[in-house]
Amino acid sequence: MSILDSKIPEGPLAEKWTKHKNSINLVNPANKRNIDIIVVGTGLAGGSAAATLAELGYNVKTFCYQDSPRRAHSIAAQGGINASKNYQGDGDSDYRLFYDTIKGGDYRSREANVYRLAEVSGNIIDQCVAQGVPFAREYGGLLDNRSFGGVLVSRTFYAKGQTGQQLLLGAYSAMNRQINRGKIVPHNRHEMLDLVLVDGKARGIIARNLVTGEIERHSAHAVVLATGGYGNVFYLSTNAMGSNVMAAWRAHRRGAFFANPCFTQIHPTCIPVSGDHQSKLTLMSESLRNDGRIWVPKKKEDAEAIRAGKLKPTELSEDERDYYLERRYPAFGNLVPRDVASRAAKERCDAGFGVNKTGEAVYLDFASAIERYGKEKAYTSGIANPSKEEITKLGEEIIEAKYGNLFQMYEKIVDQNPYKTPMMIYPAVHYTMGGLWVDYNLQTTVPGCYAAGEANFSDHGANRLGASALMQGLADGYFVLPYTIGDYLSQDIRTGKIPTDSPEFDQAEKDVKERLEKLLNGSGKHSVDYYHKKLGKIMWNKCGMSRNEKELKEAIEEIAALRKDFWENVKVPGTAEGVNSELEKAGRVADFLELGELFAKDALDRNESCGGHFREESVEQEGEQKGEALRDDENYMYVSAWEYKGEPKDAVLHKEELNYENIEVKTRSYK
Amino acid sequence: MSGLIKSSIARKVAMALSGLFLVFFLLQHFSINFTSIFSPETFNELSHFMGTNPLVQFVLQPILIFGVVFHFVMGFVLEIRNRNARAVKYAKYNGGSNSSWMSRNMIFSGLVILAFLGLHFYDFWIPEMVHKYVEFAPEDATRYYPELVEKFVSPVRVGLYVVSFVFLALHLWHGFASSFQSVGFNNKYSVAATKFAKAFAVVIPLGFIIIALVLHFNHNH
Amino acid sequence: MNLTLKIWRQKDANSEGKMVDYPISGIEGDMSFLEMLDVLNEQLINKGEEPVVFDHDCREGICGSCSLQINGEPHGPDRLVTTCQLHMRMFNDGDTIFIEPFRAKAFPVIKDLMVDRSAFDRIQQAGGYVSVNTSGNTIDANAIPIEKENADDAFAAATCIGCGACVAACKNASAMLFTSAKVSQYALLPQGQVEATDRVLAMVKQMDDEGFGNCTNTGACEIECPKGISLENIARMNREYLSASLKG
Repeated sequence: MSILDSKIPEGPLAEKWTKHKNSINLVNPANKRNIDIIVVGTGLAGGSAAATLAELGYNVKTFCYQDSPRRAHSIAAQGGINASKNYQGDGDSDYRLFYDTIKGGDYRSREANVYRLAEVSGNIIDQCVAQGVPFAREYGGLLDNRSFGGVLVSRTFYAKGQTGQQLLLGAYSAMNRQINRGKIVPHNRHEMLDLVLVDGKARGIIARNLVTGEIERHSAHAVVLATGGYGNVFYLSTNAMGSNVMAAWRAHRRGAFFANPCFTQIHPTCIPVSGDHQSKLTLMSESLRNDGRIWVPKKKEDAEAIRAGKLKPTELSEDERDYYLERRYPAFGNLVPRDVASRAAKERCDAGFGVNKTGEAVYLDFASAIERYGKEKAYTSGIANPSKEEITKLGEEIIEAKYGNLFQMYEKIVDQNPYKTPMMIYPAVHYTMGGLWVDYNLQTTVPGCYAAGEANFSDHGANRLGASALMQGLADGYFVLPYTIGDYLSQDIRTGKIPTDSPEFDQAEKDVKERLEKLLNGSGKHSVDYYHKKLGKIMWNKCGMSRNEKELKEAIEEIAALRKDFWENVKVPGTAEGVNSELEKAGRVADFLELGELFAKDALDRNESCGGHFREESVEQEGEQKGEALRDDENYMYVSAWEYKGEPKDAVLHKEELNYENIEVKTRSYK
Repeated sequence: MSGLIKSSIARKVAMALSGLFLVFFLLQHFSINFTSIFSPETFNELSHFMGTNPLVQFVLQPILIFGVVFHFVMGFVLEIRNRNARAVKYAKYNGGSNSSWMSRNMIFSGLVILAFLGLHFYDFWIPEMVHKYVEFAPEDATRYYPELVEKFVSPVRVGLYVVSFVFLALHLWHGFASSFQSVGFNNKYSVAATKFAKAFAVVIPLGFIIIALVLHFNHNH
Repeated sequence: MNLTLKIWRQKDANSEGKMVDYPISGIEGDMSFLEMLDVLNEQLINKGEEPVVFDHDCREGICGSCSLQINGEPHGPDRLVTTCQLHMRMFNDGDTIFIEPFRAKAFPVIKDLMVDRSAFDRIQQAGGYVSVNTSGNTIDANAIPIEKENADDAFAAATCIGCGACVAACKNASAMLFTSAKVSQYALLPQGQVEATDRVLAMVKQMDDEGFGNCTNTGACEIECPKGISLENIARMNREYLSASLKG
């Protein structure tokens, strides 16, 4: 047996969680008062975990680098949150949500975890409504649902285009209640710089106060990392500027295995890069693909003329356009899953059909939707023989009602009117399915160190379905961790307060200070951003939407060289005292430079195409699926969990074999 | 006075209610004065009633004075507190882009009105008080109109009155409509109410200006 | 585009600050305002100077981190956007741009353009929540139907991102729009009714204690709010406050 013990409870799938909850150890309320828990990250997973743990009676300390827990990047999620409520009566169930999630993840996630996720999904909605989260409602006053991400049921709850914000504010309000009761002590503008292990158990963290620069020691009986994903390893992504892997990476270096680092989700509908100054990418909700048609010019000359500004897209006739998704995937058309749509866009642009000045953009066209809706509306409003202008006007009104805020955002950023000319979109890094390896209890391979939300790897396999990230974050925080962490903490009721003056804390603080010192003492050739951008280019070009052995090997070499250069030559002005945003960035980029290499190594190991991971060596050779991703279940139906051994290249792979007992493993086909 | 009312919202409501009370008084004052330009007799009758009715003199008048003083004192208190809420000023502050001049300068329009009240008291109220309660002069029900006309002989005084009424209009333009918001009145009638308040803010001071000018030019004729 | 930036530089909370001029060139209209500052910072770093510190995170207009008083207006001259979504095409070649921190006694400057907005957190902590435990046994989400109009209004109030533009815009540095948005969200929902009285009293008290100014209904907050939070919320809070006070 591998050293990875996933601790999946025995018994039938649907009963595992209930049985587990009934059999794990509890901590009595009086003892909870003597137990401290550190929660790093205050997004959906961290915020909800902190609030619930504090409610239960533990003493919780939260940490976030933002100035308020409310600003965690969960806030940016637009579309919605899935739950198997079956309010629409369209046949949804826990099993269906479970099934869709496993299938969407291309059979690379753990059955028991995913089933539990589906099982608690309904509770999340109940909880959020009770907290006053203003979900969209129908005229009858009941909750509204929409369909999302090409599944067959309507199970997505939403709050206009700001579902993440509303859910986060719900979790933040629950936190506020506990802060007001003194059960949570928030440490905002603090960054975790190391995990402290005492006798092999996670017993605290070293954090830097980002305002004073002070290095602080914080002890606890358990540490929860809910620090989000690492998409910023690509420099350009839809993540927030501050999103980073530091907490997870520091834990990895202290013994927590890192799972499936190469599983990245590239989202197809982002606003394209406009130039070298670009600092981040903006996502537009995938719901746009319900009505927009994606195309590029059929002829290369037209694409070139458009790029040179000599031709307008609206001047091309239908015959001169290539609706490549509709052409390649007649069954799903523009609604193919995110990874398929993203790769198809890249394929066209690489072939020279890109439509903006960088050559990396395709059109998302609403003209036919406007016409269709306009005609429908004219008909239902009883307008006989409507003119073309009338139809357009009516159609635009419908489109505005559905996507008005997105169109407005697009126009602000791109300065083009998407009602009149097609939008330009391009894929961007959006979410990382990989993360710290955790068992069924969400515990990492370091006892007492837990990981929740995007920071762990657990539920999405090789590809995440739309509207599932919010669900997972809240499930982990509200409904899973509070139970499972109690089981672990039940051994700690007699431990007493963990002292921070132990040699382990001394050593960790010393390490942290030395590292900061080293960052400040680079030769001063290049700024942090210079290195981050370089890393991003390597990642995007060689570990991006499609990957091959040669380039991955190059990437490993290049990243290692870049890392060496970084440590010798980075320029960080100022001192470690007070606010120093360059120093903060430098620490984060330093860790990205290690993670990036492990990422490439993982991608190299996995010589199959699954979900968001596409290996050019592994494609269907014949038949209807020719050229599409080819999964290799025989050799790669495992979770890659990497153990830190110094340099990323020395990391040791541990495999957690995946068993599917309740679901038939199939090939994904969207033809 | 602000010590009695501690919360910012309570102060704001008090400001609004005292303001609304003064608006009501203004309407009443205007109605009486307006009669002066077409019927001196009516004006005299009304003035005599107001000047001799014990309810008006010993109940309403003190309330009014309290209302005026309260509104001013509270206005100053709020202004000081609000200034303190931003210790370091902006190097560049573009208030005109997001709010009206009137709304940002209530303290100045208010100060002009306060100065005007000084003049106005000096012109009418103090002589009136002296006449009635110091000298105990015999009551003459026809004295009011001539006293009024006499005050508007001087073009300087008329000019001061006109300027003051312009500032009154500016003050009312923001203050009256804003008092609805302060007391929590914001619903489907708000648009109409705001329109009414803005119209009031123009019409009443304009009316006062007309009265002053008519009296002035009639006399000089 | 060539521009002259006048930027507030302040070493830390205890130091005096001042406006410093920075000429900058090669700015494109497609850049966001913060990307323009990135360019400046890159130049400063390469010259060995300390970069200008400012708060920012999501750069897509939703986290509420970015602030900046730009040419006398919070989030600059454009409407319904945060600074991160303000684009340089709003400016012209040769412009001088004033860049200052959001100013209020309750928002002390931490460094340069970065201010401490934790007063907002404390206002929320005073009562901006529904006291419900995460038991997993709450009633079904559809057990209480909510009139769509109220649900929509509650949502509109809840879209506040807590950036502080309302305070920065207000000549009195009043936090009424922020506070009222939260009070309104709960006042409009049945879940919020149980604690409505205590909530509004506690939140307003905290707001006053933080040293924000009084509302004088100038309406600047509503105009400058990147999320278009309505003044109606302030009226609603005034009502809620009055009725709560009368109830005692």
